[in-house]
Amino acid sequence: MVTALIEKAELRRRAWDVAAGVVDPEIPVLTIADLGVLREVAVTDDGQVEVTITPTYSGCPAMNMITIEIELALARAGFSDARVRTVLSPAWTTDWMSEAGRRKLREYGIAPPKTSASRRGLFGVEQVACPQCGSLDTEVLSEFGSTSCKALWRCNRCREPFDYFKCH
Amino acid sequence: MATPSINISETPLVLYTLRRADDALILGHRLSEWCGHAPMLEEDMALANMGLDLLGQARELYSYAAKVEGKGNDEDKFAYLRDVRQYRNLLLVEQPNGDFARTMVRQFFYAAFADLFWRAMKNSKDETLAAIAAKSEKESAYHVRHASEWMIRLGDGTDESHARAQTAIDDLWAFGGEMFEADDSERALIDAGVAVDPAALRPHWLKTVADIVSEATLKLPTGGWMQRGGRSGWHSEHLGHLLSELQSMQRTFPGASW
Repeated sequence: MVTALIEKAELRRRAWDVAAGVVDPEIPVLTIADLGVLREVAVTDDGQVEVTITPTYSGCPAMNMITIEIELALARAGFSDARVRTVLSPAWTTDWMSEAGRRKLREYGIAPPKTSASRRGLFGVEQVACPQCGSLDTEVLSEFGSTSCKALWRCNRCREPFDYFKCH
Repeated sequence: MATPSINISETPLVLYTLRRADDALILGHRLSEWCGHAPMLEEDMALANMGLDLLGQARELYSYAAKVEGKGNDEDKFAYLRDVRQYRNLLLVEQPNGDFARTMVRQFFYAAFADLFWRAMKNSKDETLAAIAAKSEKESAYHVRHASEWMIRLGDGTDESHARAQTAIDDLWAFGGEMFEADDSERALIDAGVAVDPAALRPHWLKTVADIVSEATLKLPTGGWMQRGGRSGWHSEHLGHLLSELQSMQRTFPGASW
């Protein structure tokens, strides 16, 4: 009995590690664990793996892709017929992004989101540091960028345009 | 030959969910029509992004309506296999894009409403609707800010942009009232704590809209007459044309998938 429990916990840990290694197709430096998209990995009594993920934005087209990538990664690691479930609640927030994730984003050239995504005023002003030179002298070009989760900014010091992962 | 439309068991909750899904789908489709045509690249991306948010909200809502109904319908059938009279969206969201000012006024009126609506819906006793609301309200907060900024820029811009924005407000104003109406089937859901009472949102909406319109040096019409019909399936002539494009693939190749 105890052995069975330990085996199950070990299976769960292995399955978590596999799922946690799946990267976001649109931001390939981030894993779904870095993003906070991976919520839970459970193993049923008959050994089936069930992974729970949560979408960043309602219409994020990466979610279908991430689901397939998780299933493939688990199948390659020997977990056949794993299931991926999407839950909406509690709603994903950028606060769930790990510290490692924020650092990797910055190194990749994307300004990471601020913590504590509080509701901003209608015209609230944000200060975002340039991921290239670190200057705070930056300006927003567009609230909507190359993907649903990013805005387009520009640094006034080094003149580089950059993506900012929106607070959400 | 046309594919027959699906049958829907319109219980109050199914109908309520479909109405909100239809708002999101139709407005999302209208925004997608700007793709490749917006006045500048950033705006092209913004409109497509917001269309994508709305499409995502529509998918969640359609899937939930299908689950509640339990008759084998799904998000695709609701979107592709219903005819005009079966759509229950607001007349506002189906109005054609027109010029950029018209698109922005339509967007502004709707987003200012949706932001309040989803925030209130987070307290719904229906767990799924509350969860969809928790995601949607974060998105709508961006939408209403984007539209508000454009209202000010257009209204307080050149004589030309001011005149176009004012014309759009005057033309679309009569479609705003429908957002705040609730029929008997919705009233029961409101009493049960499942649905949001839209009338209670109206003063807040009016304040946001009046404040921004005033800052934009524009004027709100004084007329109180409001056009209704979309919620019960009576649409303007524009929706049929929109659906003929949105549904053309499924109507031509029934059951096609990829």
